This record gives sequence, structure tokens and C-alpha cells, in this order.
Amino acid sequence: MKTNQILVRYGELSTKGKNRSSFIGRLRDNIHHTFSDLGKLQIKAERDRMFINSDSEEDMEQVISRLPKVFGIQSFSPVTETELSLEAMKSAAETLIGKMDTEGKSFKVTVRRANKDFELQKPEILHGIGSHVLRAFPGLLVQMKNPEIDLKVEIRDKAAYMTAEVIQGAGGLPIGAGGKALLMLSGGLDSPVAGFHMLKRGVRLELIHFFSPPFTNDRAKEKVFDLAQKLSEFGSSVNLHIIPFTKLQQEVHKQVPDNITMTSTRRMMMRVADGVLEETGCKAIITGESLGQVASQTLESLHAINAVTTTPVLRPLIATDKLEIIDTAMQIGTHDISVRPYEDCCTIFTPANPKTKPKLEKVEYYEGFVSFDELIQEAVEKREVIKFPRAKINEFDELL
Amino acid sequence: MIYLDNSATTKPHKEILATFLKASEEYFGNPASLHKIGNEAEKLLESARRQISQLLKMDQIVFTSGGTESNNLAILGTADAYRSRGRHVVSAVTEHASVLKPLEELERRGFEVTRLAVDKFGQIDLNELKNSVRSDTILVTLMHINNETGAVHPIAEIKKILGGTRALLHTDAVQSIGKVPLDTDSMPDLLTMSAHKIHGLKGSGVLAFNKVQPGAILFGGGQESGYRSGTVAVPQAAALAKALRLAQPNPLFAEWNRNLREFFGSFDDIMIVSPDNAAPHILSVALRGAKGEVLVSGLQDEAVFVSTSSACSSKNTETSHVIEALNLPPVFREGVIRISFGAFTTQQNITDFQRAFKKVHRIIKGVRNNEN
Repeated sequence: MKTNQILVRYGELSTKGKNRSSFIGRLRDNIHHTFSDLGKLQIKAERDRMFINSDSEEDMEQVISRLPKVFGIQSFSPVTETELSLEAMKSAAETLIGKMDTEGKSFKVTVRRANKDFELQKPEILHGIGSHVLRAFPGLLVQMKNPEIDLKVEIRDKAAYMTAEVIQGAGGLPIGAGGKALLMLSGGLDSPVAGFHMLKRGVRLELIHFFSPPFTNDRAKEKVFDLAQKLSEFGSSVNLHIIPFTKLQQEVHKQVPDNITMTSTRRMMMRVADGVLEETGCKAIITGESLGQVASQTLESLHAINAVTTTPVLRPLIATDKLEIIDTAMQIGTHDISVRPYEDCCTIFTPANPKTKPKLEKVEYYEGFVSFDELIQEAVEKREVIKFPRAKINEFDELL
Repeated sequence: MIYLDNSATTKPHKEILATFLKASEEYFGNPASLHKIGNEAEKLLESARRQISQLLKMDQIVFTSGGTESNNLAILGTADAYRSRGRHVVSAVTEHASVLKPLEELERRGFEVTRLAVDKFGQIDLNELKNSVRSDTILVTLMHINNETGAVHPIAEIKKILGGTRALLHTDAVQSIGKVPLDTDSMPDLLTMSAHKIHGLKGSGVLAFNKVQPGAILFGGGQESGYRSGTVAVPQAAALAKALRLAQPNPLFAEWNRNLREFFGSFDDIMIVSPDNAAPHILSVALRGAKGEVLVSGLQDEAVFVSTSSACSSKNTETSHVIEALNLPPVFREGVIRISFGAFTTQQNITDFQRAFKKVHRIIKGVRNNEN
């Protein structure tokens, strides 16, 4: 017996009507991309399921261990191939079920006899395999309707195929199926989580980070690189745009009173983001804002900040508690990076008493004395773009 | 020079020294400093940590000053952190002093310690181990390979025995890492290793662990995630990572070991102390009625370097606790020497050793015959 095939069940995309084939194509491409480090996988996409094939059992193991991270998959099952004999099927069934927790679990065998020339009839196969498994695992209880363990056997011309284990997929939509958006990545806990949620909804990400040397240092930048690297590990590469933001930030501080600098700074960020958006073909801006978390995230603040753009601003965390955000950050591996204690562009220059209810007219009035257009233009043009995942060249390879 | 005392320490490898030198010159920054120089040092440190973590298949790597500190941290730190679970620790009588002494300290702090006896092959009784683990046992500390005899504790089986219990397993692997293949499927919860036993630098070691949070035994600036305060010695850490990567179990060790066993077997007054299934790179033998130190000094005159029992206690004139535990016939007890191989050992060394040993043996025997 060997496992050289995986049966993939689609997530939500089974319901997507006409767009279905493009979703399925996207999922297939993403799977190819995710496993591009392995030997070539054969992927056969059908209307309601997909088969991944490889001749290498090692590659198959890799696929099984990494597939749960790929969005757009509801669940999947390794398929075991055996020769066409009852004995072979019995022993393969025992091995398959042996990998699972059987105590007190409900169980049934389903047989599809596509090969009508096979020497045994369906009831004989059912009985042969079923009784063998039940003898081997006395904890199993037979149940025909919705059993917890459903051992499926398919008799075909040259071999029999069996599945038992159902492994949960990540759900969501294949990345790219939902277009592309620009994530404002600060280095804190929230923005990577916001990015993750959008990735899960099939949105490809571009990342934007505001860098204010010397007020923020290389370690803060390093932290953002590490977060970008994490966000690029979900089956789609990302570009990180590093914006030189010091001049704009200084100009804001010159022009507006202290207690509204924060609002004004954020408006500048939005305007810069809009500039990058135009050049990258993104259709929306994503932020990690969560209502009421800090002064800039009150409805009044959001209103005043949002006024500079007509681009949709997506805020997937707007109604999420901090604790939920922390949980997700831990799950996706960004938590430990985010909590590194370096200043980012949001934490420096924070006035002692920022307005929690800034008035749009006032903000516009103070900003109105100068034109920020040129500085914004300059920030967009002078940005540094880095692609992630970065090729894993370890600069210390020789030394270590 | 024929250096066959590689279990005491090893000669540093040139490449490892080169790493140390380069790291000292170019990455001298304090990894905790915020500026670029500190940042570069930190990146090197974290790369070294990652490399060690991958090679050992252990999650957490804490850099220490060596095997002794790692063992102290593992034992005192774990006991302190898990004292609310219980105050009982299990070990064996043949452990290294850097395990036995912290255990004595634990007893002074009100813990109870069970020290398992060993048979004449240096083996603990696994049933006895099983029976000695209680509901309040928080730690079992057993070395992988004994430094004096090469006796091997079956870590995989021990791990299985502890499977259903709450006891954590610490293993002093100072003598085994890099010398014998690593069974990464059965790693203990905490593992001690030292750089200078694998051609790295002295004063540098690691305590590696999985899903355990030992308490600190050194307090200060909270470096190494609080597990080990003190400015981290980045060049040493880099050199240790390099040493671990270069360390390769040498298949010839087993051949040389067999070769020497045959050689010693031809003497009627020599007893092989290392058990038959001992690790290949350590061979202890005893000469009847002689003193180990006389053999050591006689061999030194022939430019051959071996040790009596473990080097740390070699200056003690008493019999080592390990030899004591093996219950050797009294006429052999004081005549134990240990031969241990390293990466620089050659076939020629083994041949030359035999010639030198024959000569020294003749001299010692001559003196003994005159006495008779």
C-alpha cells in the first residue's frame, strides 16, 4: 500500500456560481506555489473536489503537513492505494484506522465497486473489511448515519483506493480570488492579524510601513521585515513598501497643534497609502483599527482620518476584542514578533492628550496653511520596495 | 603527540577558532544594544541559536558558560520552578559531579533525591527507575553517555517509561553530542551540551529544552529570555553553533575500540572496565595492582596522553565514584585509565598507542616483579 494521492474538498468556493472555475484555478495555482520547493505535483481539479498526486511519498508527507495552511480548502484526506485483493484492503484499512483515535467512535465502511469485473461482490467486500477492522479496534461502534470515521473504498480497474482520515483545512478563499489590497503595517499586534483575516478572504496583500529615522530605528524595521515574512507564508508573496516619513511627520508637527498631530499624521499616512495604491493596482486599504482601542480609533477619529480618501478602508478587526486579536496573533506566529519593544511611527510623537474627538473642520483648517502634496508625492516616490518571502540566504552561513 | 583524552577536553578546530575570531572582531557588539552594531551581533546570536535548535530539534536554546552551569540550571532551575508539583528528583549514582552536587544542594533545600544504583555494566535497572518515579517526582536526571566508562543510558526507553508521568527528563549529553548519532525522535525535556568536548571553546555550553520553563539561577539583566542573565557571549555562541554543525560521529571509533579491546585482551593483568555495549569513543581499562596515575605518567613519557578516571576528579587520590559504583575487584580499582577519541584521532594514533602501552606495561611490570 502507498499514499500518493490527496483528495481535497473545497471550502466556500463550491457555492460561487460562475466564478467557480476561476476560484478552482486559483486554488490550484496557489497549491503549486506553496509546494514549489517539492517535486512537481499533479493536480487534477474537478467540479467539487481536487486530487493532488505525487510519486514521492516524502513529498506527499510534506503536502499533508503544510496543506492545512492553504486557504480555500475545507478538508482533505490522504488516499491509500492497494492492490486488488481483499487481504491487501483489510491490512490497509487496519493501518489507516490505526492512525486515528478509535475508542467509542462511530464507524462505517462505504464501498464503490467501479470495476465491475472485480472478483468479489460489494457485500463481501463490505463484510470482509468491516469485520476485520471491528476485530482490530473493538472500541468502534457501527453507525450508518454520519459516522465519525467513514472508511471509503473505491474498487477501480488496477487498484483499490481508500480514505479514512479527514484533516481540517484552513477554510476561507484561495488567495488572489479576492483581488489585492494595501495593508498598513505598523509593527504592532493588530495590523498583521488584520492582514491575516483578509488573506483568508482571498485578498492578496501589499504592505505599507512608515519609517521615521532617526525616531524609529533599524530594529523596528527588522521587526516589520519579520512580520512581512510571516504574512508571506500563507501561499502568496507580498511586497513591502517602506515609506520615508520623517519629513512629513516633522511638517505636521510644525503646522498643527499638539493635540491633533496624531489625527493629522494619520491623514497623511492615508494620503501616502492612496498614492501607493494607485501605483500597485490595489483596490482598498486595510488597517488593524479596532473601535475604541486608542484615541485614534474612536468613531470621531476614524471619521476625521477617513475624510482624506474615497478608497474603501477595510477594518477587519473593528469589532474585535484585544484578547481575540492576541489569540489570533499567537496562532499565526506574529505575536512574538509584534511584542518586541521598539518604537514605531505611531508611538513616537504621541501627544500627552490626543483628542479622542477631533473635529474634521479644525484639522482641515490647520492643515490648510501649507500644501502637503509635494511631501506626500516625495514620500511615495522615494519608497523602498522589498519582496517577501525573502530568499533564505543566511548571511552567516559561512561563519556558522 | 598522541592525544587520547578527548572526553576531558578536545583541541579546538581551526575553523571554529576562525569563527570565534571573526565574530569577536566583527560582531563585538552587545546584542542588547539598540544600535546597528548591537543589532548585527543579535542577528548573529539568533542565527546561531536557530542553527543549534534545528540540529538538536529542541525549541529553546539558552547559552551558558558550559556543561556544569547547564546542569545546575537544569536541576536547580527546574526544581525551583516546579516545586509546587512535588519535591522528589530521581538520578543515578554514576552521574557527573555537576549533577550530583546540585542534587545535594536540593536535599539541603528540602527536596528528596533517589539515586539509582548501577550494575557492573554501569546500567541502571529500568524497573527500578519505573518504581522510583512517584506522583511528586518532578525531575529525572540521567546522563546519556558516562564520561568515565562510556556506559550508555537508553534515553529513548527512559523517555517511554516517563511517558505517563509528570516527571521531566533532563539528560547530560556532554559526552554524546557529536560523538554518537543523535536520536532526535527521543529527545529529553532538557539537554545539556558543552562546546569544548566537540572541538569548540571552553567556557561555552547550552541548555536546550522543550516546553519547560526552568527558573533562573543567575540573576541580572534578564538576557536569554531571563533564563540566564549576563551579557551573552556572542562569539562563543557562534563558535558553538559551528562546532555542533561540524561534529560528526566517526564510524572508525567503533573499529578502533574493537581493535584496542583485542589488544588489551592479550594482557592477562588487564581488565576492560567499559561495558561491551559502551559508546565507541570511550574505553576504560584497569591494570591489576597498579595505579592509574603511574600509567598516565608512564604514557606521557612516550608522548601519549590519556587520563585516569574523570579529569575533574583526577587530582583526587580517591577512587572515582563511578568506578566505585561498578564494584570492580579491589586489585583493579586504582589502576583505571580512560582512552577517549576525538575528531583528530587517527588510525596511526591507535597503532602508536599500542606500542607505547606495551613499553610502559613492561616497565611497570618489571618494577612489580622486582618487588615480588
